[in-house]
Order: sequence, then C-alpha cells, then structure tokens
Amino acid sequence: MEDMLFYDRMQFAFTITFHYLFPQLTMGLSLMIVYFKWKFLKTDNSHYNDAAKFWMKIFALNFAMGVVTGIPMEFQFGTNWAKFSELTGGIIGQTLAMEGMFSFFLESSFLGLFLFGEKLLGHKLHFITGFLVFLGSWASGFLIIATHSWMQHPVGYEILENGKFVLNNFSALFSNPWLWPSYLHNQAASLVTSSFVVSAIGAFYLLNKKHASFGRLFVKTGVVFGLISTVIVAFPTGDLVAKNVVKHQPVTFAAMEGIFETEDGGSEIVLIGQPNMLDKKLDNKIAVPNILSFLTYQKWDAQIKGLNEFDKDIYPTNVPGLYYAYHIMVGLGTIFIGLMTFANFQLFRRKLYETKWILWSLLFMLPFPYIANTTGWYTAELGRQPWLVYNLLRTSAGASPTVSSGNTLFTLLGFIGLYLLLGLLFLILAGKIINQGPSTENH
Amino acid sequence: MELFWYIILIMMLAIYVILDGYDFGAGIIHLFFAKNEKDKKAITNAIGPFWDANEVWLIASGGVLFFAFPTLYASSFSGFYLPLMMILWLLIFRAIGLELRGQIHNHLWESLWDKAFGIASLLLALFFGIALGNIVRGVNLGMVTNGVSTQEAHYFFLPLWNPSFSPHAEHLGIIDWFTILLGIIGVVALTIHGANWIIFKTNSELNLKLKTVVYRLNLILLLLVIISILIWHIIDPKPFRNFLDMPWLWIFPIITITGLTGLFRINQFKKDGLGFLFSSLFLFGGITTTVASIFPALLPSTNKINPDLTLYNMAADHYGLSVGMNWFIVAAILVIIYFIIQYKVFKGKMDNIGYGEH
Repeated sequence: MEDMLFYDRMQFAFTITFHYLFPQLTMGLSLMIVYFKWKFLKTDNSHYNDAAKFWMKIFALNFAMGVVTGIPMEFQFGTNWAKFSELTGGIIGQTLAMEGMFSFFLESSFLGLFLFGEKLLGHKLHFITGFLVFLGSWASGFLIIATHSWMQHPVGYEILENGKFVLNNFSALFSNPWLWPSYLHNQAASLVTSSFVVSAIGAFYLLNKKHASFGRLFVKTGVVFGLISTVIVAFPTGDLVAKNVVKHQPVTFAAMEGIFETEDGGSEIVLIGQPNMLDKKLDNKIAVPNILSFLTYQKWDAQIKGLNEFDKDIYPTNVPGLYYAYHIMVGLGTIFIGLMTFANFQLFRRKLYETKWILWSLLFMLPFPYIANTTGWYTAELGRQPWLVYNLLRTSAGASPTVSSGNTLFTLLGFIGLYLLLGLLFLILAGKIINQGPSTENH
Repeated sequence: MELFWYIILIMMLAIYVILDGYDFGAGIIHLFFAKNEKDKKAITNAIGPFWDANEVWLIASGGVLFFAFPTLYASSFSGFYLPLMMILWLLIFRAIGLELRGQIHNHLWESLWDKAFGIASLLLALFFGIALGNIVRGVNLGMVTNGVSTQEAHYFFLPLWNPSFSPHAEHLGIIDWFTILLGIIGVVALTIHGANWIIFKTNSELNLKLKTVVYRLNLILLLLVIISILIWHIIDPKPFRNFLDMPWLWIFPIITITGLTGLFRINQFKKDGLGFLFSSLFLFGGITTTVASIFPALLPSTNKINPDLTLYNMAADHYGLSVGMNWFIVAAILVIIYFIIQYKVFKGKMDNIGYGEH
C-alpha cells in the first residue's frame, strides 16, 4: 500500500515537472511574440517580423512538447487518482472541462493558422491569430490554477454523506482568494522564464558575434520584460501568495520558512540552514532577526507560529523538501532581480551590448528560471501535503484502489524512458534552431 | 440533465473519432502505400495543420467525462490503466513523428519518424477499436471472485489479456478474440476514412490508387461487420432489445449502412469530398449504434452481483451539471466558430501548404 502511493506520487510529480518545463516558456513567449509582431505592424520594420518568426519556431517546438506531455496529466487524475476524481470530480471536473473547451480549442485552432497562415492571412490577421494563441494559453493557465486553488483552499462546496464533494456555488471557484494572487504570480514567473530565454539567446548571438542585430534586439527586449516580471513575481504577487499561506496554512508557512519555535519577540528570516528533523532545529543557520515578522505582518515583533506548535500528523509530509524548494525559489528570484536591474542600468547608459560580464551572466542564467518555477510549484504542492484537498481529503485516500504498485512502477519507468528521449530530441532541435538563427527576409 | 450530458459526451467522442480517425487512417496509408517523398508530403500536408486541433476533442471529451460522470471516469480510467497509458505513449509517438520529421533533412531521420508516425497510427486505430469492444462486452465490476466482490461495486482492473483470450472468462483481459475483432474493424474503417481524407484534400498521384484501396477494404469491412453482428449475441444475449423497445434507434444502424454501402460507388463520385462524407457516416453510425445497444449503460457489468454503470448512477450532482450547461453552450458556439474559420482558411486542396518545412 505504501509503495503504491509512493509510485503514484512519483509518477505525477515526474510527469508534471517535465510537462511544466514547456508551458512556462510558451505562456510568456507567446506574449513576447505578440509584442514583436505588434512592433512590426507599428513600425513596418521587418526586423521585428523576422524576430517574431524566429521565436515562433522555438514556440512551435515547445508547444508540441507541452501538448504531448500535457495529455498524460489529464488522464492521470483518473488512472492513478481515481478515488480523488470520484470524490471531487463534480468540482474540479468543472474547471478542467472548461480548460479543454475554452482554451485548448482556441489554442489549437489558431496555432495552425498562426504557424502556417502568414501568407494566407496577411500581417494584421496573422497578428490576431498570434494574440488568440496567447489568450488561449493564458486561459489554460487560469483554469489550471483555479483547480489548484480549490485544492489548496476549497470553496463553494458541500460534502455529502457518502464523502463526495459537490459544488454549490460556481462563481466561488473564481472569486477564491487563493486564485488571483497565485495566477498572477505564476504568469509573471512564466514571463521571467521567457525573458531570460530571449535575453540568453540574444547574449549568445552577441558573444558569438553572429546575428548581432538580432542579438541586440533580443537582449534589450529580454531585459526590459525581465526587470518588470522579476519584480512583479516578488512584489506584489509573491507577497500576496505568502500571506495566503500564513493565513490559511500556518503549518506550511512554518515549514517553508524553517521556523521550528515560536519566538515572542518576532521571528527571524532564515537565509541558509539545513532542517534537522530529529532535533527539531536548523543546522548551520544564517538568519536575520525580526525580518520575517515584518514581511509577514508589517510589525517587527509579530508572532509567527513555529512547527512545534502543530500536531505532527498535519505536518507537510516532506518538511526539508518544502523548505529547500521555497528557499531555492526565493534565492534565485533575488538574484534575478539583481541581474536584471544591472542590465537595465547598463541599457539605460547604452553600454549593455559591450558589458561582457552581464552578457555572460544572462547566458549562464538560462536554466535557472526553470529551476525557480519548478521549485515554486514544489513549494505549493509539497506545502499542501499531506492533503489533496486541504484539511479535508488526505493524499493517502485519493489513489486508485485497483491499480497495483507493479503496474504503476511499470508506467513510471516507461514515462521516464520516453521523456528522456523527448528531452534529448528537444535539446537537439532547439539547439539547431538557435544555431541557425533568425533569417532575414525582404518584404 | 444526465441525458443531455450523455448525448454531449457521445457526440464529442464520435467527432473525435471522425476527426482524429482520418489522421490515424492517413498514418496507416502513409505506412503502407506512400512510396515516395511526394506521396508522403501530400499526406502530411493534408493532416499537418489539423491533427493537434483534432486531438483536442479527445482531451475535451475526457474533461466532459470527468466533469459530468466523475465516478465513471474514475472507475474506467483506473480499470483500463495499462491500455490508456499505452494510448498516451502512442499519441506521443504519433505527434513527434509528424512534428519532428521535417526538422532535420537526413533520410535516416526522416524514415525513423515516418515509421513512428505510421506504426503509432496503426496501433492507435487498433486500440480504439479494442476499447469500443471492451465497453460493449463489459467488465467484471467489483472484481467478483467466487461470487464475492473484492472491490467497491464500481471499481475493476483489467490486465492486457488472460491466457484464454475469451470474452467469457471470469477474469477478463483487454484483448480477447471479440475485442480484437472490433480492433480490426477499427483499423480497416479508419484506413478507409484516412484514404478518403487524402483524396478529399490533395491532388496527389496516390489518389487513383487509393480509390481502389477504399473499394477493396470496404468489401473486407462489410464482411467483418456482418461477422460481428452474427456473433454479437455471444457477448450480449439480447443484442437487439433496445432496438425492439425503441424503434427510432434504428436511425443509427441505417446511417451505418448508408455510409458503408455508399462507399462502393467511390469510383463514380464527382466530388472528392463525398467519400469522406460516407466514411464519416459509417463511423458515426457505428459508434452510436454500439452505444445505443447498451443504453442506458455506459459500462456493463459481466457479473450478476454488481449493477451496470449507467448514465444515471454515474452522473455528478444536479447543480454542477446545470451550471455547467451554461458555460458549455457558450464554449460550444465558440468551438464551432473556430472550426469554421480554420476550415475556411485551409479549404480545398492542401498540396502546397508546406507543412513541416523549416
């Protein structure tokens, strides 16, 4: 029984982690492509159109990966989490079915037109198809986060005698206080990924002295979008998400921040340290006094409940994992803001394209927004454990009753093998597109 | 209310089979009949801009199943765990076969992805036929052993096969000789359907040959359908009871027969789209007839202890279903608009669309 739950969780964690490497780029990148295309329509400078076309190639490849790895996510609710689906399907089925009907049809119908229809449609209509693809992908994110928010903070439901959750207020799903901060936080984070990717490829072209005019455009666009999005991720959106956690999941907040004891004079903010679950303390801690109380309640001596105050059976299942995920996300986010601030400062002084260390840093940073996005999601998901529906339905009660661990391990291994192949193919092909670079066309 | 969602679900699944079905069929034609680069180009041009939107019908149907009949979704997806996972893997291979082929110009690379696309399409057609077979045959709900349920009444799990390959075994498998027969019908029907789509959407040199292929395969299909009707009583002792009780249901078999017999005139059709119309009628009629024969069940029980899973005992609660109707109607109108735009832009022959050229 223990094995079974473990493999079910591993399979979901593995497939969703791999899947989300792609949508986090496509959601942000679609907005940036729409921006390039819009600049082209406004200035009639074909350089922008060529830039849009280049990123559309990267987008198409990512989108295809996102689609093929996305379908297993919808299936796994039923295949691996049948009990959960049976009990809550009347509610989360709403938002998931809406995702299919409202966003997947929109995206897929117009993606074909966007990728193959430039000549057939003309530039204005082509711009509109691009905008609709962007709209579809952001709607998809919205409905997924609405589902996620209901699991974190259930609203608009009642529980029947047989244990089933039924909906009694549809609009509550969308006015959930958990939803909007999480959605904006996530979309800004997706824009962080795309900004870093665009600026990293630009930096690569400048450092490599190839496609230099595109290099300048990509670096410039990337760092401007990058500064805006890295700031919004932290404030106000990240801050609002954290305040939701304090309010509705205090035990999760304590674990995230690595606070074991309640301190009367206000809590310190932990920068570095390793949770020691045996002695219930942090080893090798570096912390700044009172900052956490201030950030959380705007009062230096506000009291924050430590882990020790809570019952052990509602502890997040993996406290150290949650703590590390959160600290990696926050640490990287801080570095991102710093780098983007420097880059914009140099851009303002018209020295960015010659400042080698910033270009190298932008190139080197390419994988890190992916890590930050992933650890951000781990913070949310590990933070919700041991619950599927917070405080109401435990993860251990949600797995499929008839699927044996041997079968789940079989498919988990299958997914690992298949996704390694997909990842390898993706890297080869993305590398090829980047190496080829944008092509200049006469209009 | 349940009936509304039942009809929506069946319609969406039928549309999925008709739309993605031509993609699978085109893949099978690609595997067996496309001899040169020009043929292959013609085929991928004909489905390239559509396959992704077509696949969305599967995802959307899954979403509607989850939302309207959550218990059925939970029970069937966990019970058919292994074949569903394999369908997912095959869908991935189909997609990357199509999308990655044109990315590198090297004949080994191209033939690798050609085969991936073709074989995945063939197996998907087979699996979807087998899936339909499993649904009409039913499963051992509650996993009854020696007269006792070992699981909750609506849960089950099926291995890929049992050693006897018999649809009567107490512990059934996904693949038995009955479901395999439906799998083969699926492959033949979708091959015909895919060929019709290629004839419809291209000026390929392949088209003349494909008309002969359609004609011959249609003969085989007719034979297989007759066999399946003759042996249907083996899995269902009263196979026609619904049609006797509700005579208006005969509309579905009539649609099936119209589609099937109409296709024998493939060589006389003046318009290239007519073949596709008839094979669509056959698929639509075939699915609805099959589903109507087990109505109101969605998944019959093969034991006497646990009841069938029906649209009434599996549905979500009333409030959720009725509020869902509002957004669904809005979404459905939008989907129809997208669909019209998409097919208007890509109307007519698609030989010069340049799919997969980078």
